[in-house]
Amino acid sequence: MTRFVLSRLVSAIPTLFLVSLAVFTLIRLIPGDPVSLMLGDNVDDAAYAAMSHELGLDRPIAVQFLMWLQGAFQGDLGRSITTGEAVLPLVLQRFAITAQLVLVAVALATVLAVPLGMLAAWRQNSAFDLGVVVGATALMSIPTFWMGLMLLLLFGLNLGWLPVLGYVSPFDDFGAGALYLVMPVAALVLHECGILVRMSRASTLDVLRLDYVTHARAKGLTEGQVLRRHVFRNAFGPTWTLLGLILGNLLGGVAVVETVFTIPGLGRLIVESIYGRDYPVLQGCLLFVAFTYVVVNLIVDLCYPLFDPRVKTT
Amino acid sequence: MNLGRTNKYLGGLLIAFFLLSALLGWLWTPYDPLALDLRARLQAPGAAHWLGTDEYGRDVLSRLMAAARTSVTISALTVSFAVTFGIVLGALSGYARGWIDRAVMLLTDTLLAFPSILLALALLSILGANIWGVILALGLAYMPTVTRVVRGAVMSLREQEFIEASRLMGHPVGYTLRAHVIPNCLAPVIVIATSMFGSVLLTESALSFLGLGVPPPAPTWGNMLAGARPYMSQASWLGIFPGLCIALTLLGINLFGDYVRDRFDPRMKGL
Repeated sequence: MTRFVLSRLVSAIPTLFLVSLAVFTLIRLIPGDPVSLMLGDNVDDAAYAAMSHELGLDRPIAVQFLMWLQGAFQGDLGRSITTGEAVLPLVLQRFAITAQLVLVAVALATVLAVPLGMLAAWRQNSAFDLGVVVGATALMSIPTFWMGLMLLLLFGLNLGWLPVLGYVSPFDDFGAGALYLVMPVAALVLHECGILVRMSRASTLDVLRLDYVTHARAKGLTEGQVLRRHVFRNAFGPTWTLLGLILGNLLGGVAVVETVFTIPGLGRLIVESIYGRDYPVLQGCLLFVAFTYVVVNLIVDLCYPLFDPRVKTT
Repeated sequence: MNLGRTNKYLGGLLIAFFLLSALLGWLWTPYDPLALDLRARLQAPGAAHWLGTDEYGRDVLSRLMAAARTSVTISALTVSFAVTFGIVLGALSGYARGWIDRAVMLLTDTLLAFPSILLALALLSILGANIWGVILALGLAYMPTVTRVVRGAVMSLREQEFIEASRLMGHPVGYTLRAHVIPNCLAPVIVIATSMFGSVLLTESALSFLGLGVPPPAPTWGNMLAGARPYMSQASWLGIFPGLCIALTLLGINLFGDYVRDRFDPRMKGL
């Protein structure tokens, strides 16, 4: 077990290194010169050179990369060009908001969708199954931002049940914060439910047709025992992997949903930094998101043996 | 009810409907999708404007048709780009193995470590927000998935006798790849390409919605939705119709995708 964990951890290191290199390269490829962006166009050569030196831009590109990496290790991702704020605290503060939204949504979607998919698979081709499949495909086809807009139109504007725009931290005022989160969370849950139901149904169907399930039934186990002990546990694997991908994707910024409901999350920060050409912020966000993505998938990998002991040996 | 037939016909019907609207949008729209008419601002759907007008008095139906054209063009070119280069890279790296394989996989895995919409966003800030920038950015963001799948298929293919036979007959590598390897790994690619079409359409709309895709005034379903936001309470049709177009097209692609999967990958039938 320890070896499994260690080997997975070590195998993530080159990926993380390459991801940092990719982020660094991407930002360098963006047309435009950061120094003229910060100082404006009409600037004398001395000031320009001084700024270049301060930012380390007069050094070889490899040295720049290593300096940036060293800074990143020490938690220094530079400062925002527009506000002068330190990037890392800014990213973390915005990420906390996105994480609340996403974690609640993914947890809810899992609890709703996984059992539903499994039940539909168990009753394959019944009216219930058909309803679930059709519903899931329809939900999956509705983009979160449109779902958000429609919820807003119905419950916010027409019925007036829920606050329309903005964000209140649930840690400051739990009741109000929760109210503000209802619609964004619902938009995400409905869309992800569609995807998760289909996945959990498909992997359950895969398991149901295996010989050992027939065997379990043949030896006289009740249907409940067959499903609980033999089917559901084994069918959860692929869904678990998909959950990791979904979580990583959403944590990377649900920019569209945050835009619909004007929530100041990480996704908004990324979009704003692109609009404002605030490259240090964009670079910090990209690095942070890619790291989160890799780490979330690593955690998903590490959890695998918990419900599938066979993974340990491989 | 037979789900397979529903997938094929309903999915096909929805796709055909939007393809035809896109095609028609090329030749004719009821009004000029870009023409301003300030006297006809924010008119509700009615006889003159079937789906109403927006805040500049532009006809919503005409704009939806023009947007369908843009979306179809972008999705088709993006998927073609991702599939073409994905097949070439995947086939090369799966067939050649060695350092080429390692280099391609390193690149692919690095790109896959970013959520695809984020990668597209980052690439867009390099390439610039215009139709070609969007296609290239999305194509690069979706290419790694194809590369991985093709590489996997090619790696198991290259060990089979008929590929070895082609090698032994002295055929050049390019010929073996073209004539024997690639045709045999197209099934999973077709399955992926179909669902990718939907996901590209979705990402493109999301980018437009964020104001980072095809720039206004050219209409896309995404930027029409973004433009509708301030007017939701007085002109809800502005927010309803573009979203409905995205959702129905996606539904068509998803249904049809299920049919294609059952057809080309019979193991997955009924899943």
